[in-house]
Amino acid sequence: MESFLNRYRNITVLLLVIFAQLVLLAVQVRNDQDVRMIRVWTVTAVTPLARVMESLRGSSIGFVRDYILLHDTHQENRRLQAELDRMKVENTFLKNELNMAERAKALAVFQEHTPSKTVAANVIGSGAGTNSKVVFTDRGSTSGIQRGMAVVTPDGIVGTVIESYPTASEILLITDPDFAAGVVSQKTGVRGTLKGQGTPLCRVDYVPFEEKVDVGDWFYTSGDDRVFPRGFPVGIVKAVHPGQPFKEILVEPSGMHRGLEDVLILLEGVHQTIPSEQMAYQPVYIAPPPPGGPAGPAEPAAPGGTEADKLRAHYKAVGDAQNHKFGEGLPGSKPPDFNLALKPGQAPVNAPPKAVPQPSLPAAKPTTTAAAPASSPAPGLRPSGPAAGDPAADPQTPAPAAVPVSERPHNE
Amino acid sequence: MSYSGEERILLSSQREGQVSRFHVAVMVLVPLAAILFQVYVPLFFQFLGYLEMPLLVVVYFALMRRSQIGGLLIGAVIGLAQDSLSKAPLGMFGIVKTMVGYFAASVGVRLDVDNGVIRLFLAYFFYVFHQFFYWLMARALLAQQVGFDWQRTLILGLLNAVVAVALFHFLDKLRETT
Repeated sequence: MESFLNRYRNITVLLLVIFAQLVLLAVQVRNDQDVRMIRVWTVTAVTPLARVMESLRGSSIGFVRDYILLHDTHQENRRLQAELDRMKVENTFLKNELNMAERAKALAVFQEHTPSKTVAANVIGSGAGTNSKVVFTDRGSTSGIQRGMAVVTPDGIVGTVIESYPTASEILLITDPDFAAGVVSQKTGVRGTLKGQGTPLCRVDYVPFEEKVDVGDWFYTSGDDRVFPRGFPVGIVKAVHPGQPFKEILVEPSGMHRGLEDVLILLEGVHQTIPSEQMAYQPVYIAPPPPGGPAGPAEPAAPGGTEADKLRAHYKAVGDAQNHKFGEGLPGSKPPDFNLALKPGQAPVNAPPKAVPQPSLPAAKPTTTAAAPASSPAPGLRPSGPAAGDPAADPQTPAPAAVPVSERPHNE
Repeated sequence: MSYSGEERILLSSQREGQVSRFHVAVMVLVPLAAILFQVYVPLFFQFLGYLEMPLLVVVYFALMRRSQIGGLLIGAVIGLAQDSLSKAPLGMFGIVKTMVGYFAASVGVRLDVDNGVIRLFLAYFFYVFHQFFYWLMARALLAQQVGFDWQRTLILGLLNAVVAVALFHFLDKLRETT
């Protein structure tokens, strides 16, 4: 050190003297912002060094941290990998929960609208047989489950209860070879027997070869088996092969279309109508009444009823026109002239009373009909065809609200 | 024992060049007189204001003493004294004359500074160096937007160099004989 100072003594003294005078200069001089130059120079000299030192420190720490201190990287990687796996499992679980919630919602909607008395059940296990298509549900005899009850989902039938235990019940799926149910074609009304094959597709037997069944047709329960009420979707025809004496028809079940986790067991089944081929809720346009006329229903041209009723009404009108009361004249008295021509517009006495004029409906506004079910959708839309539900045709048949519209198969 | 050519010249020059010694009074009064000349004479003879007498004194003492530390200290003292009597901040002339004294002493070690031509050349060079470095510091440290007139500097440098030769000859009379 001493030799170094001796060797560079002159230049060292020069630098010291100059530095001292620079400091002296900087103490006196102020810049345009009235800051002493010594402060400006000091900050200018120190801050780049501080920046460089900070950069070096950060780089050094980063280098040490990223390249040297890697002793726990493998462990951290394993921990992160485990966490990722856990998150994947959790994600799958949440997806399943969401899917389950959607199914539960659909099930609840179906359960709310179906006239049949049902109880919801969860599938908790499957049968042990290799070829048997059997599942167990968490509802048993304590919930009112009995052997022979039908099991359905909003999409269609699933199977039947073959055993009922106190806390569980055994369900024979429709794909089991031992399963059979009466079905009817939606399009042509052809009846057959649905049988399982142990495969995803079921077979419809006993459909005569001359009957017309096409691929894409829907089969519904016919109610003949006394297990499934009439009107529940069964499945869609996937293949039709000619045969003697019966066709060979393969149907894809619709009840297990979205998996089989939640089902409904029918405690008391109610027959329903089979939706017509023309899908319900097609909009039907009803023209406005003619201008100037009454807005109410037009007066019927002739009394309704049978021909005998019509003839009776005509005779009564003829009698009234001639002040004749049937059944009061003595035998042999002059009968009324039955050939009397009635004046136009002279209505029979027993004709329905004239409708009270109603205010005109808005032009071109579709209207609903009285036959439309209470659960009909938007105004102006009414179900067409038999699907509209005619309770008079079948007193046991409720309004066709049993199957949600969104779940009903659409006709091609 | 053999020496390279450069070492022989250097050693030979150091042996040949003798360190001039001056009386303390000379070391004090001459710079003081130069500073007084710088501030007082131009009041009566304005053209003499172009003479940089303190610079010439610094160059002379640095050359003749052949000591870099001595040269830079002389330059620093005279420069600070000149700063004290000027409007410039303390240190401007001090820094410049410190460097002039240092480099002049460095040159005086290797050159025969008793030669008149060399003295003329060195005085001319250090004047230009002094003016240029002062301008540089004024721009860099004081942020003064002033221009540098090369032509004027070179002419005045020649004038100062001529005066320096005469002044150095006069100051040689004040050296102590060894």
